[in-house]
Parts: sequence; C-alpha cells; structure tokens
Amino acid sequence: MNIKTKLDGPELPIILHRGTMHEINIMLNGEPRGATAEPRLLLTDFLRHSLGATGTHVGCEHGVCGACTVRIDGVAQRACLTLAVQCAGRRVDTIEGLAGDQYPLGDLQMAFKRHHALQCGFCTAGILMSCADWLERPHMAVPTETEVREMLSGHLCRCTGYAPIVAAVLDVAQARALARKTAGEPGHA
Amino acid sequence: MKPAAFDYVRADSSEAAIAFLAQYGDDASILAGGQSLMAVLNMRLAQPALLIDISQSLQMRESVISAEGLLIGASTTQAEIARRSNLMAEVPLLAQAFPHISHVQIQNRGTVCGSVAHADPSAELPLVLLALRGEVLLQSNQASRTVAAQDFITGMLTTTRRADELVRSVRYPLAQAGTGYAFGEFALRHGDYAACAVAAVVSRDGIRIAIGGVADCPAARDWPLLDGSALDDALNSLAWDLDARDDPLVSAKARRHLVRRLGLRVIKQAREAMDRKL
Repeated sequence: MNIKTKLDGPELPIILHRGTMHEINIMLNGEPRGATAEPRLLLTDFLRHSLGATGTHVGCEHGVCGACTVRIDGVAQRACLTLAVQCAGRRVDTIEGLAGDQYPLGDLQMAFKRHHALQCGFCTAGILMSCADWLERPHMAVPTETEVREMLSGHLCRCTGYAPIVAAVLDVAQARALARKTAGEPGHA
Repeated sequence: MKPAAFDYVRADSSEAAIAFLAQYGDDASILAGGQSLMAVLNMRLAQPALLIDISQSLQMRESVISAEGLLIGASTTQAEIARRSNLMAEVPLLAQAFPHISHVQIQNRGTVCGSVAHADPSAELPLVLLALRGEVLLQSNQASRTVAAQDFITGMLTTTRRADELVRSVRYPLAQAGTGYAFGEFALRHGDYAACAVAAVVSRDGIRIAIGGVADCPAARDWPLLDGSALDDALNSLAWDLDARDDPLVSAKARRHLVRRLGLRVIKQAREAMDRKL
C-alpha cells in the first residue's frame, strides 16, 4: 500500500529504528547538554548514565513511586515513563538545578532540612521537583494541608510518615505568600 | 524493567499517525501520555514493533465546547481538562471524578483519550464517558466513525477500536438542566485503582448509574426514579449482575457491598444535586 498518497501534507516523519543511536540535545537545568540514545532509552537512564546527572533517583520504573519526577518544560512528570528521544530540544529541570547558582540550597530544600522532612533521602529529589512545579501554579498560592497531602500522594516515602514533608511544604507556601505580599507593598517616603 | 527494543516515530498530525497505523496495525502502539503504556512497556507486558508518539501534537491538543459537548483531542492531557476553570458547570461529573484519578504528576502527562482507549476496568474517565452516554471518535485512513461509549469498551483492556484506527477524540456531553450528577469512589489509597467507582445521573426521568472497578469493564443501568427499598433491591440485583472481580486486596463480596452502599450514597447525592437545581 502506498500510504504517502493518502497524505495531503508533507511526507511522513522519519522512523528512528531500534538499536540506532540518535543525538539528543536538551536544556538541562539551563545548560545545553547532549548525548546519544537509542529509541528505547528512558529519560532516567539518559540523565543518570549518559549525562551523569545522578540526582534523579530510580525507584519502581513504572510510575508508582515518584522518585524519578523531573520537570519537562516546567511540568512535573515521571522520567521513568518518558523516553529520552521525547525530550529532544526541550527543557528538563532536575534536583541539581533546584537551588540556582546563588545558594547551596533553595527555600524548599532549606525547609525540608529544617523540618527533618527526609531520612534516607531516596524519594526526596522527586518530591522536591513535584513541589517546585506545584507551588508555582497560580491557584496554589496558599494551599491547604489536604491539597498538599493530595499532591504528595503521587510520591512514596517509607521513612518519614509524610507529616514533616507536609509541614515543610506548607511552610514554604506561607513564606512565599508573605514574600509576595511584602514585595507588593508600596515603599515608605 | 527496561522496555524491549522498538522503532519510534513522532507523529504530530493525525494524518501521519493513521498512516503509520495503516501500515503497522496491531504491531504499532500509539504513545499519547504514556502513563499506562510506558509502564506496560517497562514491564515488557507489551512489545510493539513501532511506537507512534502523538504526545507533542498541537493539532490533536484541543478541547472544544459546543452544544454537543466537550470534545477532547487525542493529545490533550488530563491536567489540561482538570484545570478548566468552568469544568464543574460544563461537565460536572468529570470535575467530580478528577480528584480520584491517579495523582497530579500522572495527570500532567496522561491523556483523556489514552485512558479511554486503554480501557482499564477501574479507570474513571471511560466510566464517566459511559455514564453520560458520550462518544469516541475513531479515525483511520479509510474512514472516520463515531462509537457510543456503551459500544466501545467490551472487556478488560479491550475495545472495538480496529488496529488501524486512532482514537482521535472523545466527546463528553454537557450538563443538562434539571439533572443532578455525582461521583464517588472507594480505593485502598488515594489515587489508587478504584475497588468500586460510581457515577450517577439523576433527573425527573430517572436514574442512570454506572459502575467501574467491579467487573472487567464499566457497566451502566437505567432505572425509573426509584426510592427506598425498591432502590435497595435494584442496587442489590446490580451488585449480583456484575461479575465482581475477586482479588487478594478486595474480595468480590466487598465489591458487591460497595455497589450497594456507595451506589446508594452517590445516587442520593445526585438526587440532592438535582433538587437544588429545580
């Protein structure tokens, strides 16, 4: 069957064949990075093995535990359910870039430290990337404890019992809300 | 826990996707959000020859409101629909179901059409589609056709989609005047698979109830506006009619119990919602 005759538009996109290597360039934490990958390579393995960014942890590899959560074009999602080839030309943010350049730890990380919101730390990178996306959403200006717990239900933590994590997230949300309020205040004469 | 080797193609138009489907048929899988498919591939429960990636298609990323309903394109994520500011007025049953669907991180990627096409017996989105008598729009390079929700899912992970067809979009009918909608679910953990999920639509004409998570595919029943022991009896018959699944975590008996009790509660909620509207 000549399938191309059915198309009005351009020719069919190119198939990337199994076992062949393809140059994948991404913007990793604001820096252009690249390596080769075959079609079946997961983003988790691309980050850890090909780019050496081992901050992203691999837990269950079927989307349940949340340890590998990263931000792709800003949106928190599972790296283990993503192919490296799907990320070509896109922005990927991982735990390595969360604090920025100015301080060793960002406000989320500081709050996790203050509240003892991690013990073994295996799940923490994924949780922090989820929180980073979630807290930036406009409707999440000041989330309730229920909303925080609902968001955290996408992550498994077997150490903390979640209470200190919830406290840390609420703490950051309140601090950021206060900072926004102060910044919006007109200055005195 | 790594996928077996496959060929991969990024199809940003439905025309390209169906051209590859025509060529590969059953050997190809459509990769939309991948929140079920990628897990299945990682566990090697499926080993397609070709993955047709439509996740970055802008053409199929659409949600359109018309008199016929809310039309949702194949690449539209669940999060995009869940965050519609007016969803509770547009399709209240969808708005009530979303908090039960998986987790926010999964909704960020998972698509509405993908969930319907995957036809997991516990999935909320096909259940709501069935409860509302929605439609599935299928497209192949031969023809397009529209299938009613009740004719689409035929069993566990099984649908009437042909191998060369793409689930191009699904359509959820809009809220009707004088009608109450309610959704309820019992799962062992928040966001986990439903042991029993109930969607109810109640109007002066009667009750429509749809049950998911109990049998191998969602089921719906239409009753007159029953009340009291007649409603209890109808729910009990329904509980026994469905071939309730038995697994180590939730027994068939517990599922039947949920049909009776959760079913009653959700119907009452829908009826109260209707009364508030009248």
